[in-house]
Amino acid sequence: MRHAVLQLAPEKGQVRRNLAHLEAALLELAEDAPEVVVVPEAYPTGYFLQGGVRELALTVDELAEALDGIHRRAWEGPLDLVIGFYEKDEQSGDYYNAAAYFELGGRGLLHRHRKVFLPTYGVFDEERYLSRGHGVRAFDTRFGRAAILICEDFWHSITSTLAALDGAEVIYVPSASPARGFSGPRPANVERWRQLAMSVAAEHGVYVVLASLVGFEAGKGMSGGSLVASPEGRLLGEAPVFEEALLLVDLDLARIPPVRYDNPMLADLKSGLPILWNDLRRIREEL
Amino acid sequence: MRKVRGVPGGEVLALDYPAVADYLTRFLERELAWRGYTKALVAVSGGVDSATTLALAARALGPENVHALALPHAESAPESLEHARLAARAFGVDLEVIDITPMVEGYASVRPDLTPYRKGNVKARARMIVLFDLSMAYQALPLGTGNKTERLFGYFTWHGDDAPPVNPLGDLYKTQVWGLAEELGVPEAILKKPPTADLIPGQTDEADLGLSYRRADVILEHYLKGYPDAYIQALGYREEEIRRVKELVNKTHYKRHLPTVAVVSTTAIHEFYLRPLDYRVELT
Repeated sequence: MRHAVLQLAPEKGQVRRNLAHLEAALLELAEDAPEVVVVPEAYPTGYFLQGGVRELALTVDELAEALDGIHRRAWEGPLDLVIGFYEKDEQSGDYYNAAAYFELGGRGLLHRHRKVFLPTYGVFDEERYLSRGHGVRAFDTRFGRAAILICEDFWHSITSTLAALDGAEVIYVPSASPARGFSGPRPANVERWRQLAMSVAAEHGVYVVLASLVGFEAGKGMSGGSLVASPEGRLLGEAPVFEEALLLVDLDLARIPPVRYDNPMLADLKSGLPILWNDLRRIREEL
Repeated sequence: MRKVRGVPGGEVLALDYPAVADYLTRFLERELAWRGYTKALVAVSGGVDSATTLALAARALGPENVHALALPHAESAPESLEHARLAARAFGVDLEVIDITPMVEGYASVRPDLTPYRKGNVKARARMIVLFDLSMAYQALPLGTGNKTERLFGYFTWHGDDAPPVNPLGDLYKTQVWGLAEELGVPEAILKKPPTADLIPGQTDEADLGLSYRRADVILEHYLKGYPDAYIQALGYREEEIRRVKELVNKTHYKRHLPTVAVVSTTAIHEFYLRPLDYRVELT
């Protein structure tokens, strides 16, 4: 189950040009024949839009149509594609930071996740412009069971816990992470992402696929460092920081049961969780 | 039994300077590229900030794509021009020297009341005029050279040296600029000399500010992060130093913003209508 993470740098607001760049990247990948391609958060527009979200957000149908066109032109056979984008909900008129899983050349849209944890602190201001999503669910793909979490969603380990309890074998994480903290050779946020991905993967015996945006957005350097972590929590591949890259990694879902047998944290959680229900209920009431 | 002692956590100003140099090089290359520029223009004062900016620009764009300008006035210290030449030589950039004395003295001749302080500001704004004019002549983007400490203290001439649109050092304290300058090979004579705006004969930054940069930067970092005064004092900083730092920051917030506009609508720019500066919608 070959994955390609497309660590791309969008041009701010240039949706058509960015989608053309995605198409060119797919053409470059044809010889590697990935079955699943993962594109970072907010790729079609760039991440920092402020009020421009309402000019540039796409409906999921508009995105599907654009991706179908790219798929027809650039790919032979089915291709699964995970992509982050600013979404306009046509019915409600609400805007979301979303990511969708498409089976292109097949069943089309399989799942859409709307970001639950909207960072609104420091350099971030998402909740000023966007509505929150209201849940985390795993879903079935033609390969197995997966879940999507977007950027800060993943920084709260409870979301990946829910995804794993819901049966996810692979957690896709489109992100956009501006570099900050230069006291070491790699920015502090990149180190944090790596540690998180490895520990979440190891805790639940899942694959974690992080697709992290690159490029500068008005002085803020999106850091990249996309990666794939194995169910034991090892790094199977990591893209460089700050530059565009195509990261190719083969995921083997057949390895998950033996890895989980050796380190049955998820099974223990399932049996131990009922013991904690009372505390969860108590804390919820106190919040 | 073996005792193992941990180290206490705390705020750290030291940076990984090779990583910072690489990051700022990419920053300059990308920020010029989307604006449609391949060349940059740096006014080189002979000090460490502009020498460091020049070094980064030469790395990002190639020395042949960087114009260095020295803009002396008759009252400038002679060593400022010498050090500007030294910096340009060190990074392989051609230096153009334009004497701003006629511009400044032309104005001074019609305003005999001009004080040395006001004249210092006129010099900084004359330099800005030359920089922006030659930007158009050379199709080269002017780079700002101000560091975070002087930006926080408002220790610059408003609409003068803060005017350039792209600034690689603006989030680095002076202490950190020294570290980066050393990493980039800024000549020792520039690195070790006392910082000066050289707008008034004999002035130095630290005498003007009444603070040492290395001490002020630690205070600033803690103050900006919300540590209370008592915490900063416990680190070995005096009450009057902390007070001076806070005074300088708090009387200069306006210098770090666009001019005040009376808000009368729900589409007031930067108040209601918010777009990032690199925002561009594709027009069909």
